Amino acid sequence: MRRFSWFNTVSLTLGFAFLYLPMVLLVFYSFNESRLVTVWAGFSTKWYGELFRDQAFLDAAWVTLKVAVFSSTLATILGTMAAYVLVRAGRFHGRTLFSGMIYAPLVMPEVITGLALLLLFIGINLDRGVFTIVLAHTTFAMCYVSVVVSSRLTTFDKSLEEAALDLGCSPFEAFRLVTLPIIAPAVISGWLLAFTLSLDDLVIASFATGPSATTLPIKIFSAVRLGVSPQINALSTIMIGIVTVGVIIASLLSKRAAVAQRRDEQAAVRAE
Amino acid sequence: MRRFVLIAIPYVWLLALFLIPFLIVLKISLSDIALSRPPYTPQLDLTAGWEGLKSFFSELDFENFTFLTTDDLYWKAYLSSLKIAAISTFLTLCAGYPVAYAMARAPEEWRPTLLMLVILPFWTSFLIRVYSWMGILSNEGVLNQVLLWLGIIDAPLQIMNTTTAVYIGVVYTYLPFMILPIYSALEKLDGSLLEAAEDLGCSRFAAFWLVTWPLSRNGIIAGCFLVFIPTIGEFVIPSLLGGSSTLMIGKVLWEEFFSNRDWPVASAVAVVLLLILIVPIILFQRNEQKQREAEG
Repeated sequence: MRRFSWFNTVSLTLGFAFLYLPMVLLVFYSFNESRLVTVWAGFSTKWYGELFRDQAFLDAAWVTLKVAVFSSTLATILGTMAAYVLVRAGRFHGRTLFSGMIYAPLVMPEVITGLALLLLFIGINLDRGVFTIVLAHTTFAMCYVSVVVSSRLTTFDKSLEEAALDLGCSPFEAFRLVTLPIIAPAVISGWLLAFTLSLDDLVIASFATGPSATTLPIKIFSAVRLGVSPQINALSTIMIGIVTVGVIIASLLSKRAAVAQRRDEQAAVRAE
Repeated sequence: MRRFVLIAIPYVWLLALFLIPFLIVLKISLSDIALSRPPYTPQLDLTAGWEGLKSFFSELDFENFTFLTTDDLYWKAYLSSLKIAAISTFLTLCAGYPVAYAMARAPEEWRPTLLMLVILPFWTSFLIRVYSWMGILSNEGVLNQVLLWLGIIDAPLQIMNTTTAVYIGVVYTYLPFMILPIYSALEKLDGSLLEAAEDLGCSRFAAFWLVTWPLSRNGIIAGCFLVFIPTIGEFVIPSLLGGSSTLMIGKVLWEEFFSNRDWPVASAVAVVLLLILIVPIILFQRNEQKQREAEG
């Protein structure tokens, strides 16, 4: 087994300290009694209490969650279709434009995407609110989903699908019974990616929304623009906590799946 | 028929919500502002047929773009965005390479955990990660407290609201984008090449410089683009950590739109930003293409 050299140990320690220390400090100061960032005045959970009494935050959280669920689900459906078209549909008229439109939003600065969508919504006289944010988030998130799903589709054995077709499946049945179960992990991680992108987005949502709907990032941004706010520290801690628990559960599940798969393989070998 | 429907649904969605909005931005950047808010002139009057189309195009002009050249603010903001993006890409490379290198050389059973620790910040809110530095960098912040306590400085350093804070913010938030491609290049590296180099009389440093570095070049190039391209249009980092002297074009566009409400100029700023970004984006795609061909 290779050991860590001192250089590698130092780089890893410094690198991970840099990545995690700011978030650890944020969590630490969310339990500070004092309003000031740096004066430690004793342990307190009062900022959490204030956060949960603040109706504006609760409303914003609800809007954000609604938008994220709708847009990531829609983005997963459209993105999976787009990936299927890219990998399986072969040549068709306007294919270059299509793949260009899939990849362009990934590198487009958010300020431009936001501005463009707002001008469209105004141009067609659409009332801005939850609905327009969902449209905006679905559009950029479906591109991420289709990249994730198409990379899984390209490594996927096409003959399995063809076998299903030969055995009398309709193309849709072949997709539902054969392709979808195999690409399911990519579809699920595409959905999760779209969901977090939507939860996180400030810039595009600011352009796409009207006065009727405020999302959590918009609320956070306006609260911290002028400085540190203990309520936002508490909110951040809750969000970091949810992500950490989610990632730990996901990694335990995937580890268990890997162990189960190995057990099945060994059993299959023994049976032979 | 079924194939047509399958293609048409995502296609039409992207046309309607991605391509057409851009054409609108382009059109408005070439229009005159009429009574401050929409409608803008010229209007496209399709009922007038060919004549309407002709008058629509003849009334478009480059006035908003010439306006961008008359005010110092804009070209200074473009240049400063490019400069900030270039310097922070370099700093991110300096910080990210050793971490990626150490990860690739770590014992195999450690690697999935280390990889997960690098990816984890992606799932945490970008806005909150930028915000976390406000409490560290401010005058009464943690960093200044520690430095004062250690006796390294006598008076608090002004870091918050300066361009330095923007560099720190970019390096912090984009570090995983640098580490991951370099790690995946280094991980594939064959250790026997290094042994061969050392057997042939290279020092460890020379072996690194002559073997490891060139073989990780594709990862470095990919990482640099992944940091450089989004940083140019960055809005959140300069508006939370930067001061009034930090000029970045994403922030200028935002203010032009939300504060000045000059939509034609904001659209022109967006079009020029896009033109600036086309070069690095094309270079990036070429590099990716080359890499795919080399692997396939």
